[in-house]
Amino acid sequence: MKNISSSRISSALRKLIDGRHFVIGVPYFWFLILALVPLLIVLKISLSEMESTEVSSLIEWANGWPSVKLNFASYMFIATDALYYQTYFSSLRYALMTTVICLIIAYPFAYFMARSPKHIQPTLLMLIMLPFWTSFLLRIYAWKTLLVNNGVINNILMSLGLIQDPIAMMNTPFSLMVGMVYSYLPFMILPLYANLSKLDMRYLEAAADLGTSPFKAFWLITVPLSKAGIIAGSMLVFIPAVGEYVIPELLGGSDTLMIGRVLWDEFFSNNDWPMASAVAVVMILLIMLPMAIYNKYQAESKA
Amino acid sequence: MKTPLKSRPQLSEKHAIKSPVTLAVSPKMIKWFSQSWMLVVYVFLYMPIVTLVIFSFNDSQLAAVWSHASLRWYAALMKDNDLISAVLLSLKIAFLSALISVFFGTFTAFALNRYKRFQGRTLLSSMASTPLVMPDVIVGLSLLLMLVSLQHWLGYPERGLFTILLGHALLGTAYATVVVTSRLREMDSKLDEAAMDLGCQPFQVFRLVTLPLLVPALVSAFLLTFTLSFDDVVLSSFLSGPGYSTMPMVIFSRARLGLNPTINAVATVTITVVTIAVLASSFYTSRQERNRKREMAQAYSDMNK
Repeated sequence: MKNISSSRISSALRKLIDGRHFVIGVPYFWFLILALVPLLIVLKISLSEMESTEVSSLIEWANGWPSVKLNFASYMFIATDALYYQTYFSSLRYALMTTVICLIIAYPFAYFMARSPKHIQPTLLMLIMLPFWTSFLLRIYAWKTLLVNNGVINNILMSLGLIQDPIAMMNTPFSLMVGMVYSYLPFMILPLYANLSKLDMRYLEAAADLGTSPFKAFWLITVPLSKAGIIAGSMLVFIPAVGEYVIPELLGGSDTLMIGRVLWDEFFSNNDWPMASAVAVVMILLIMLPMAIYNKYQAESKA
Repeated sequence: MKTPLKSRPQLSEKHAIKSPVTLAVSPKMIKWFSQSWMLVVYVFLYMPIVTLVIFSFNDSQLAAVWSHASLRWYAALMKDNDLISAVLLSLKIAFLSALISVFFGTFTAFALNRYKRFQGRTLLSSMASTPLVMPDVIVGLSLLLMLVSLQHWLGYPERGLFTILLGHALLGTAYATVVVTSRLREMDSKLDEAAMDLGCQPFQVFRLVTLPLLVPALVSAFLLTFTLSFDDVVLSSFLSGPGYSTMPMVIFSRARLGLNPTINAVATVTITVVTIAVLASSFYTSRQERNRKREMAQAYSDMNK
């Protein structure tokens, strides 16, 4: 009797820690603790208020009964204070502009790359990836050297006699856009290239055989077939661009409002954790839709 | 069919028929245009990097005005103890974070690839892809608030190396998952099945068949996550404590104040190291690939003897 039960226990134990449970359980635990729980905590803190150096607790115990005290002050502030909603709006606008400019530059590039001789394509791809391996921060810093008033670009233009006085490029929307497009361009090129290099050339040949002009064939065949690549690239650029902090801090000016900077200041300068959390929650809500679109297309392209 | 078969242009007539319809663009012009477009993009991508390197050898105090060549900023770099200790800290964190990321990333990739149906699979895959797209400031803020609450209850962990490492490992795991997943998807599942038919236990299959085939992907995941960690400034700023400044944090605080020639010298050193590492690793992978192909060819020819 005793034997049977002990073997039962050991088999149950083995079942519990069998390969399948173990392989699924380990990453599940890891991401739950580090990805999901922290976001829930942000949500919780956004609904509390700052009490001297600590955040107020959401649940209060009165006469042995818990009562939930939600504080929407931070959200009310975001909704009513012009600085906040203007900053959200301007972040979305800069992110959208970055996405569009990246797409305009990257699409022809990826198209030409996919049409290049097969044997040089790996090298071309490697040359796109190589800047990735160099510090992003250092590359953004380099633009400062290029764009400041006594910087490289102004000096070259002045020594060529094209301009008399330096053009003020740093700390303007222009320098911000240059930095954003520069940093996010590879994220647009790579998915587009991956997509366009798989395009079946026979469709284009068939269109040409039927008398379609190359230009028309491009719009009617190539572009629709690369829709998945366009969407993947756009989302990979747009979503992180909305919350970008380093580029506006180093290249933007005081008038180029970006929400990542506001969050940073609320947290580090004002020490207002509930406000910083509320800013983060609203930002997540704004990028939720593009993220859902991205996930949907990723799932479809895998299927 | 609108076009009758007879009037369908032959392949050789294609251009002759098209040209009146479209603008008269010769293939030569298209080639010229595409090559210059690509060249301009490459110049745009490499111009800042080249400028950094050139100006690291500039003698002037003004970081953007060329005077004459010197190594004075490299000499200054050698004596810059803040920066040197920051580099050492960054290297330590990047190495550990890459190890942890590859470990958990491989698990995640396996869970998502080998088991197509389990409860909460969608949740796992979306949790694993969140850090890829979520803005850094949100990831940093949320992790910090989680760690602060944890410290509130348990009195642990103090902010410092460990907390930075956790943040980098989270980000790295997400990227390592992508790299390993794409390799797993390419791999032939017949090999696994064959090993199992020959009596291998699941873990033996993994150790003897899958893992050796995965090595190139694990190496590139390691390099990628190492670089990500070595490069990160936002997560580190949120998660570090007093006395723990990584190299990007030091560079960032100097760059915020203005141009600083020592940054150019650091940049040139890192660019040199990274370029050598990338070239070496691509050389290594292409050699592996060649060896594999040669062994396969050898096996086939042995078989046909």
